[in-house]
Amino acid sequence: MIDLEVPRKFGPLLKQAAGLADQVFRPISRKYDLAEHDYPHELDLMSAVIDGLSDSGASQGAGARTTSGGGSEPAGVGAGSRAATPKSGNVNGSNLSSVLSIMQTCRGDVGLTLALPRQGLGNAAIAAVASPEQKARFGTKWAAMAITEPNTGSDSGAIRTTAVKDGEDYVLNGEKIFVTSGERAELVVVWATLDRSLGKRAIKSFVVRRDNPGLKLVRLEHKLGIRASDTAAFTLDNCRVPAHDLLGDPEIRIEGGFGGAMQTFDNTRPLVAAMAVGLSRACLDRTTELLADAGIAPDPAAPARTQPYAAARLLQLEADYEAAYLLTLRAAWMADNGTPNSMQASMAKAKAGRTCVEIALACVELCGATGYAETELLEKWARDAKILDIFEGTQQIQLLVVARRLLGLSSSELK
Amino acid sequence: MSQPHAKPTLADRGQSLGMRLITRAGGLDAMKNPALRSKVEKVLYRSARQGFKAQVTAGRVFSARSGSGSPTRSRPTRPRAEFDLTPTDDQQMIRDAARELAEEVMRPAGAQADTDRTVPAEVRDQAAQLGMALLGVPTELGGVAEEASALTGVLVLEELSRGDMGLAVALMSSAAVANCLVNYGDSDQQATYLPAFTDDQAPATGALAIMEPQPLFDPAAPRTTATHDGAELILDGTKSLVVGAGTADLLVVSALLDGEPRLVIVPPATPGVTIADDPAMGIRAARTGLLHLNQVRVPATNLLGSEPDHADAVARGRLAWAAAAVGTAQAVLDQVTGYTTDRTAFGEPIAHRQAVAFTVADIAIELDGLRLVVWRAAARLDRGLDAADQIAHARVLTATHGSRIGSDGVQLLGGHGFVKEFDNERWYRDLRGAGLMEGALLV
Repeated sequence: MIDLEVPRKFGPLLKQAAGLADQVFRPISRKYDLAEHDYPHELDLMSAVIDGLSDSGASQGAGARTTSGGGSEPAGVGAGSRAATPKSGNVNGSNLSSVLSIMQTCRGDVGLTLALPRQGLGNAAIAAVASPEQKARFGTKWAAMAITEPNTGSDSGAIRTTAVKDGEDYVLNGEKIFVTSGERAELVVVWATLDRSLGKRAIKSFVVRRDNPGLKLVRLEHKLGIRASDTAAFTLDNCRVPAHDLLGDPEIRIEGGFGGAMQTFDNTRPLVAAMAVGLSRACLDRTTELLADAGIAPDPAAPARTQPYAAARLLQLEADYEAAYLLTLRAAWMADNGTPNSMQASMAKAKAGRTCVEIALACVELCGATGYAETELLEKWARDAKILDIFEGTQQIQLLVVARRLLGLSSSELK
Repeated sequence: MSQPHAKPTLADRGQSLGMRLITRAGGLDAMKNPALRSKVEKVLYRSARQGFKAQVTAGRVFSARSGSGSPTRSRPTRPRAEFDLTPTDDQQMIRDAARELAEEVMRPAGAQADTDRTVPAEVRDQAAQLGMALLGVPTELGGVAEEASALTGVLVLEELSRGDMGLAVALMSSAAVANCLVNYGDSDQQATYLPAFTDDQAPATGALAIMEPQPLFDPAAPRTTATHDGAELILDGTKSLVVGAGTADLLVVSALLDGEPRLVIVPPATPGVTIADDPAMGIRAARTGLLHLNQVRVPATNLLGSEPDHADAVARGRLAWAAAAVGTAQAVLDQVTGYTTDRTAFGEPIAHRQAVAFTVADIAIELDGLRLVVWRAAARLDRGLDAADQIAHARVLTATHGSRIGSDGVQLLGGHGFVKEFDNERWYRDLRGAGLMEGALLV
C-alpha cells in the first residue's frame, strides 16, 4: 500500500540523531568552521552515543562498523543493500534508517557529520567489496577514501596511481587529493591501477594503514565550507601494501572490476543526497523563524501569487525540498528491497544537491544582512552546501548516469 | 449531454461494470488472488443488484428525494505506517484499466478532441463502462468504491492524463461532482442527485465551478456571493473555465455566504443561469465555459457541506490537477526519450549531446519528484492526516516544473515541437493550465 511516511519504529533512532544534531553539533558548528583543521574533541566525548547510533544505523552510515552482513545488521547503507535478503513484503530497513538519520545529523552540521569517527567513505568501500576475512580485520577501523588525483576528478577510470606486485606486497606510487578525514582516519582506501594500458578494469582498491611510511600527508586543504571535516592530500612514494590488503578480487577481469568499485557510489549517493536534504532543512527551519519575526507567514492554502514574495519563495523552496526528500527516501527504500537503484540514486543526488545549494543561497538572500553575517549559521550552511552538489559525483555526473539509463546509451555514445 | 440508450438488463449492466474490469484485468496475476477476485465479484454483485431508474431526458430533471437521514460516506482506508511505493492489488487493477483506456482510446483521440473541443462518444462510453467516474462513490450508493482513496483517484488521473489531459478532465469532471456529493452531501442530497451519476448507461455530467476570471483569484475569497432570502439562497457572480459548462447536468459552485466560502448545488436550468463559451489555451477537449449567475435562486437546502468542506474540495482539486500534470509530463518524457534517440543531427542522435540528454534527465527527475509529492499528499489524505503542506508543494511544483516540462518537451523537438504534427504543443498548453486551475477535478 502506497505510503510515504517514516515508519514509527525509527522514532527512537531519529530522536537520538536529532539530539546529536541539536545538542552536540549546533553548539560547536561555528567554532570548528572558524578553527579549520582543529580536531573536534567533543565528538570523542560523544563517541559512546555515536557508536550506539552507528550500531543502530543512525550514523552517517557509510561506514558500517560491523560489516559481517546478515539480516540483523542495521548499520550502513553499503552493508544494508548487500545484506538485503529477499523477504516477502515491504522492507523498511537500514538504508532507509541511514538516510533518515543522516538528514538529522546534517541538519545539525554536515562537516561534523563527516568528521564522525569510523564512518568514512572508505568504510563504505570495505563494506561493498571486501572479503569476509578483510571485513573482520578492517571493520572496526576508521577508513578514508582516496580516489581523486590532481588531474583526475569525475573521470575516476583515468587514475594514474600505480600498484606493482613485488613479492608478497604491492608497491603503490602516485598522488591523491580530496581525501575526506584523511588525516584522522586509521586506514586509507586507495584506488590504483595494476596496468594503465588496461583502463578501468585494472583499477583496484588497496587498504593502506595511515602509519605506513610510504603514505605521506602533503597538506590539509583550506575550503569554502565543511571546515570541520579535514580534507587531506597524500603522496604514495614506494608505499608497500601487503597483497592481502587488496580489496576484493586481485585478478584483472574483462568485466566487473571497476564496476565493483563503482557500485560503492550506488550505495553512497543516497547518503550524500540525505546530507543535502538535512542541510536544506536547517536552512528552511531557521529562515522560517527569522521571517516569522519579520511578519512573514506562508499560507499553504492560498495561491502563491497572492502572497508576499518572501512567503511565496519559501513555499517554492519547501516544495523543492520535499521533492528532494522523497526522491532520497525512494532510492534508499529500493535498496532495502533489493531493487536496482542506480538511476534513482543519481536522481536523488542530482535533485538534492542542486536544491540544497539553491535553498541555502536563497535563504541567505531572504534574510539579508542577518543571512549573510556570521551571527547566524545561514552563511555557513550556504558555503557547506556547495560540496554536496560536487562530491560522490557532481551534478553533471548524476545527470549523465540518469540520462544514459533513460536513453539506453553507453558512455561512449553519451559522453 | 446524456446519450439515450436502450434500458439495459441486469446482466448487461453487470457485464459493463465489473465484468469489464475483470475482462480487462484478466491477464493480471492479481486476479489469481482469490481474496481479490471475491472482492471484485462482490462489487459486481452489488452494482448489479441495485435497481437503477435511468431517467434519460434532455435537460435532466432531479426530483427531490428523501434519504435515510444519515449520509453515506466512503470509508477511509486503513492506516499503515511504513514507507512503501507499491500500490494495492485493487489499485493496480484499476490503474491498469485506466492505462489501457488511455493508451488505446484517449491518446489516439487527443489531438482531434483538442481541435473539436469535444469528447468523442466512444471515449465517453468506454470510460463510463469502466466506471471511471464512480471510483469515489461507495457501492452502497451505486458506485464501485470499497473504500475511499484519494490515492486511487490520483493513480487514475495520472494514467488518463498520460492519454490526454483535456479528455481526462472532461471525463473526470463528473467524478468531481459525484465525489462532492459523497463527501459533503447530506442524505437527501445524495438520494436526489447521486443516482443519476451512477447510472451506467447514461450517467449524468457535472461541473465543479470554483474558478473565477479575475487575476489573483483566491478560492477562499470568491467574488461570487450567496445571500439568504427566506428558505432560498440568491447567487450572483461569474465562474470561469467551467468544464463542459454548456452540457453539465448539475453544477456545484462556490460562493461567499455570510463571509465564508461555501459550495452550492445549482441545477443549470435555474432561471438566472447563463452560459457563454470560454475557450482557453489548453484542456480544450473539456470545452470550458463561462458561467454567469444573476439573481439565481436555489433552495437553501442546496448548500453543500460546510466551510471546511469547501476548503477540502479546493485542496483535493489542486491535488487532482497535480496528478493530471504528472500524467501529461510522463507522456512528454515517454515521447522525448524516443524522439531524441531517433532524431539525428550532425551525424548522430541528438540524445548523444549533453545539452539534450541532460534536459531529458531533468524532466525525469522533476517528474518523479512531483509524482512522489502527489502520492504522499494523497496517502496522507487517505490516512486522515493533514496534507495541506504536501498539496501546496504539489501545486507549486506543478506550476513551476510542470510548466517547464511542457516547455522542454517542445524545445527538444525544435520546430517539430511547435507544429501540431506531434502532441508536444498540446502538452505545453495543457501543462500550463494544471498549475493554476481551481476546482473542476477532485480526488
